Amino acid sequence: MAEQHAHAAEHDDHDHKPHGWRRWVYATNHKDIGTMYLIFACTMFFIGGAMAMVIRLELFKPGMQFVDPQFFNSMTTMHALMMIFGAVMPAWTGLANWMIPLQVGAPDMALPRLNNFSFWILPFAFTLLLSSLFVPGGAPAGGWTMYPPLVLQNGASFPMLIFSIHLMGASSILGAINVVVTIMNLRAPGMTLLRMPLFVWTWLITAYLLIAVMPVLAGAVTMLLTDHFFGTTFFTAAGGGDPVMFQHIFWFFGHPEVYILILPAFGIVSEIIPTFSRKPLFGYEAMVYATASIAFLSFIVWAHHMFTVGMPLAAQLFFMLSTMLIAIPTGVKVFNWTTTMFRGSLTFEPPMLFAIAFLFLFSIGGFSGLMLAIVPADYQYQDTYFVVAHFHYVLVPGAIFGIMAGVYYWLPKWVGNMYDQTLAKWHFWLSTIFVNVLFFPQHFLGLAGMPRRIPDYAVQFTDWNMVSSIGGFGFGLAQLLFPYLIWKCVKSGERVVGNKAWEGAHGLEWELPSPAPYHSWGTPPSETMIARGAAH
Amino acid sequence: MANAHAPDTSHYYVPHDSAWPIRGSVALFALMLGAISYFNDWAGGWSFAPGVVLLAYMFFGWFSTVIGENQHGIYNDQVDRSFRMGMMWFIFSEVMFFAAFFGALFYARTLSVPWLAGQGVKVFTNFLLWPKFEGAWPTNGPAHVGGHADSTFETIAAIGLPAINTAILLTSGLTITIAHHALRAGKRGTLTVFLALTFLLGFTFVGLQAHEYGEAYKDLGLKLSTGIYGSTFFMLTGFHGLHVTVGAIMLLVIWLRVLRGHFTPKKHFAFEAVAWYWHFVDVVWLGLFIFVYWL
Repeated sequence: MAEQHAHAAEHDDHDHKPHGWRRWVYATNHKDIGTMYLIFACTMFFIGGAMAMVIRLELFKPGMQFVDPQFFNSMTTMHALMMIFGAVMPAWTGLANWMIPLQVGAPDMALPRLNNFSFWILPFAFTLLLSSLFVPGGAPAGGWTMYPPLVLQNGASFPMLIFSIHLMGASSILGAINVVVTIMNLRAPGMTLLRMPLFVWTWLITAYLLIAVMPVLAGAVTMLLTDHFFGTTFFTAAGGGDPVMFQHIFWFFGHPEVYILILPAFGIVSEIIPTFSRKPLFGYEAMVYATASIAFLSFIVWAHHMFTVGMPLAAQLFFMLSTMLIAIPTGVKVFNWTTTMFRGSLTFEPPMLFAIAFLFLFSIGGFSGLMLAIVPADYQYQDTYFVVAHFHYVLVPGAIFGIMAGVYYWLPKWVGNMYDQTLAKWHFWLSTIFVNVLFFPQHFLGLAGMPRRIPDYAVQFTDWNMVSSIGGFGFGLAQLLFPYLIWKCVKSGERVVGNKAWEGAHGLEWELPSPAPYHSWGTPPSETMIARGAAH
Repeated sequence: MANAHAPDTSHYYVPHDSAWPIRGSVALFALMLGAISYFNDWAGGWSFAPGVVLLAYMFFGWFSTVIGENQHGIYNDQVDRSFRMGMMWFIFSEVMFFAAFFGALFYARTLSVPWLAGQGVKVFTNFLLWPKFEGAWPTNGPAHVGGHADSTFETIAAIGLPAINTAILLTSGLTITIAHHALRAGKRGTLTVFLALTFLLGFTFVGLQAHEYGEAYKDLGLKLSTGIYGSTFFMLTGFHGLHVTVGAIMLLVIWLRVLRGHFTPKKHFAFEAVAWYWHFVDVVWLGLFIFVYWL
């Protein structure tokens, strides 16, 4: 391994990997912390996935089969919390940790100890949340959106829910501050803002969103806590408050949150498509501005989550139109990705397959989002499986496929070995087929009126529920290939020759050997390396 | 910062590994476990103690380490810039935390209370549910939640203690600026005096707030549970008071560092970070004074 001796002379101990548990528990190395984030996210993905399997199992047939309604509701609530805060967000932070320093030519994250702190808060937060399954009254069951007064009826799990959210929020804020500072302060000389790879750009904007809205969520759940235990009346009409107020505050966090989940995927797809099209990204600057526009708009659309709850007509019109505006920058992105592929020399390695599936399937989720934005139509769709289908299309073949694409793209850089591409293609095709079998029928169920978050349903919904459940089991099983594939790659993958794992790849991370050395860019990369990487 | 030499720009500084973050995580976990046990009646108030002690230990230890490393001059200008940016964005996250509570205040005052009083299309809400409710602010809601035994309560007039507190905080903003100018000019005596004045003003503010809380609870019937007015009043002023307390402790710490000869006219990140934080709690107070006490 090419060790780079490029550190403050006072500390010679970090030219060598620390050994044993200290390496991980006291970690300050961005690659180690990134790896921990990714392993943690993968673990949460399977726990949250197991909860989804319980849901699909119960919904396979009408009638009550396996679990009681309270537990079913706990499963839907916990599945969402695990997947959003436990799987997708930590996976993005893990990728950010690994890739941002490599891509901007920085030696590490700007605040490495804070980085350790923001990771190690998470296992404790999720220990709290998961242990609520075993307390009197069971796990939270009022939905991940925690609407009062329902959420206040949770038993002993209520404060566990609130405090685990506080911890997750603290972790996200600290992680986001680290990303912003790394990008703004540790870019190599010559790495100007408009030379940055799009993954870095989208993460920068994501980090701003996180710093702006996670504290608002903390405030919202703090008000729930005091309403429950200290007699405040923020969400009680009798005292002059309003339960709907919670929904406004929550969704002021919640809508930017959905862009937090998806923007880094935009960045990854913007890296992968040019690589396997062997063409520069079409409209680089437009991509940057589109991302920034989406982030800005995300702050002024929140009430589209609550059209049916009651608000003035002018507000409904405003939120409908502002929501539809998001289609414009998103359309710019989809257009640019498509145009990047146009007349390119395309090859279909696993990352590219996931990126193309992302493009198509995320667009389906985007279109159903437009349908939901229309107020009168939303009155029909609200709280049905149509909404479930919509957000799963943007989150599973959107965010999750983005993560998978990123891992398949950069895994050879991380471990220095190529994975079994045939098996990865199996993983891709099984995932892509089953994800559609799983979620597409839910559009039909929703339009036909099947409500979400109910363990039983009328018999006319049986057929599509069975199809959906089969898709769910297939998708769940197919994911087992993913950790196996990574394990196999680490143990016995074929060595990657040279710096580039992919012929058409550009960017500073491909100027480093594979695997990337434990300490990289101890001295800043040269101007020519940066210019070669920024070939857009 | 003993070394004023030009930083080595060809090499980056990366800190060695540290046990403090994991201690911090364990401390937070202990604190949350304690809080959960308390709220679920699994344990008494003592259950907060382990978390608080561990957290205090972590803060003390982590900051001691960082200050020590800083005094040995191993942080270059780039690290200094990272710290600055980190602090700025941390303060921004705090601003957004307060924004949630200000949002709740504005929502209650301009939307939910007028609606309950029948404003706009909400005539029937008022007519059928709360026919006698007129929605004048301050209010503890149509059901008159909390307050005295007869459900009434009084508020604290803006002209009085809150105005004095405003003067105190604004003055402290002035004194810390004088201290900062003195630091940059190398006048250590002025620095020491005005920094001391700043945290003394800060603690005075906290003391007066505590006195005001006592009065509100004993005499005015104004409590955390006094409807939406009590909720917004105590949550906003309470979190602000907590931040002032933390800020004043931070001021005390940098004052002790000044006494030990820390900080140079050129390099004094910690001083500036605390000053920014202090101005931030100052500005939040102005918002409170205007929207909670005055209007």
